[in-house]
Amino acid sequence: MDRRDFLKNLGLCIFSGGIIGGLSADAWAKLIHKDYDPAKHYYGMGIDIDKCIGCGRCMQACKTENDVPIAPFYFRTWVERYVIRTDHSVSVNTINMGVDEPSDLFIERDVLRSFFVPKLCNQCDHPPCVQVCPVGATFKTDDGVILVDSKRCIGCRYCIQACPYGARFLHPQTRVADKCTFCYHRLVRGMLPACVEVCPKQARVFGDTKSFASPLGRFVRMNKIHVLKPYLNTEPKVYYANLDGEVN
Amino acid sequence: MEAAHGLSELSKQVVGFIYPNEIEIHWSILIVVYPYITGLVAGAFILASLVKVFNVKELQPTYRLALLTALAFLLIAPLPLQLHLGQPTRSYEMFLTPNLASAMAMFGFVYLWYLMLVLLLEIWFEYRRDMVVWSREETGLRKWLHKVLSLFSTDISEKAVAFDQKTVKIITIIGIPSAFLLHGYVGFIFGSIKANPWWSSVMMPIVFLFSAIVSGIAIVMLLYMIIIPLRGAKIDMKCLDKIASFLFYAVIVDFSIEVLDFIHRLYESEESIKILSQLVDTKLFMSLVVLQVLLGMLLPLGIMIVIKIFRLHEELRKLLYFVSAVLIQLGIFSTRWNVVIGGQLFSKSFRGLTTYKLELTGIEGFLMALALLIIPFIVLAILIKILPPWKKEELAGQ
Repeated sequence: MDRRDFLKNLGLCIFSGGIIGGLSADAWAKLIHKDYDPAKHYYGMGIDIDKCIGCGRCMQACKTENDVPIAPFYFRTWVERYVIRTDHSVSVNTINMGVDEPSDLFIERDVLRSFFVPKLCNQCDHPPCVQVCPVGATFKTDDGVILVDSKRCIGCRYCIQACPYGARFLHPQTRVADKCTFCYHRLVRGMLPACVEVCPKQARVFGDTKSFASPLGRFVRMNKIHVLKPYLNTEPKVYYANLDGEVN
Repeated sequence: MEAAHGLSELSKQVVGFIYPNEIEIHWSILIVVYPYITGLVAGAFILASLVKVFNVKELQPTYRLALLTALAFLLIAPLPLQLHLGQPTRSYEMFLTPNLASAMAMFGFVYLWYLMLVLLLEIWFEYRRDMVVWSREETGLRKWLHKVLSLFSTDISEKAVAFDQKTVKIITIIGIPSAFLLHGYVGFIFGSIKANPWWSSVMMPIVFLFSAIVSGIAIVMLLYMIIIPLRGAKIDMKCLDKIASFLFYAVIVDFSIEVLDFIHRLYESEESIKILSQLVDTKLFMSLVVLQVLLGMLLPLGIMIVIKIFRLHEELRKLLYFVSAVLIQLGIFSTRWNVVIGGQLFSKSFRGLTTYKLELTGIEGFLMALALLIIPFIVLAILIKILPPWKKEELAGQ
């Protein structure tokens, strides 16, 4: 083989590699509706702790919408209940997991403050899961959502280890990593994520982080905002209002 | 759903609060076996390199054995990873479309580099002359096997053998940093996870490396002490004392680094310290305090100090060396367990502990792990059969 042939073959290899590398993008492209332009959006979610009543409808809606196994160990979104007693001890549990402490365990005068914290994938702008995925199955879309290409994921679970928020799980049927997608299949049709749509208190607000006028734009203007574990530099795009310092 | 049923059993044993998705331990016993095996590879190679690069003549009887041990374990190293994948048939994707930002994606390349460019080459050059000689003396299948393995080379002139030896030395020099890379890299896979304070430490690759050296030296020592008497030969005590001496220093360095890491964490006393202390006090007490530190490290250290101070009789020395090496293997396996399993037993909310139940059967069960630990020894037995590490006269002379 002379040098010219070698270079030609090398070029071919790189080109075909590019095609294979482009598969994640292809899987994503299939999701996108023809009238939808991802470059025009950059999504985030606002959560007002003071509004959440812990009804758990968001959890149910999410499981139904996204075919998440019903067993209480697989959640794309969940709600934690915090009870802080007057002696500053903290009790936390996930609501509706079948291991709820009976509510009479807390004597009212012993409770300093109590609140619910909805949790989901933070759709980090600097996502550790994307960084560690060995095959590039987890990727960030142009509109800022972190997705998993279930056709490519090898199920090594490195992303699950790397997520500081416990937002990922291995789907027991597909045997690949699974997590909240902000209901991406709905977004591309101009709809809201299921959890946002069903929340009776509008504790969850969804929209464009770049837009001044979107509900989310208004939410981050009108509230003092905090994100989870900011010291890890993951730059979450789920913004909490009235978040207690005990929450992590 | 069977999986869900198992998990609801586990959920009763959760202490405090964990994120709901955290009930499942994702990296199981197979991922404990993996760094244990690669550690043995790196350690055995380092022992071999002491002979070639640092000219420690006393260790010559273990040189080839160490190389073959490294190869036997390296060949099996990817197996636990492969078996553990949710989608094992897609593992090739890691080679086709690696995400260059991922520490794990580099596995294939680090592995192939070490296997192809270091171990196989070194073994080939080391054995080439012998293979040529064997193929001339032998008949039948073995003749052809050695002929093929020597790649049909025939030149055993002094010049050619000198070239072989020089090449072996160069490969070993490249091999030392490669062995460091192989196992330091495995440590980096854990150490670079900032979400997990038990893992996230710049010391992790170094701790992995030195524990690897400790376990690798100890396994070759054990194998030497078992195989030589089985072949009716006499153990070379000079060699054994020398290995034990290196083992002693390696354990001291390993122990110091781990103590440093421990003191550093305790002194810094970061947010995670409470839950990690609780982890060590409860779930890891047996495997960390008792097995890893007391039985796996301090006791063998004590034994080796006793051997060094008192000039014990040869037979007693052998017995004590053997016991120490077994204890060290137990300790290093516990180290791997404590890193891999321990790092998943506490919640990233730092508010609770979950539990790990090792199944007996199944792909991620105890028997599978045991099989994966036994297979390398079978591979080694075959390798020793094909490429005898000792010549007959050597065995007779010892």
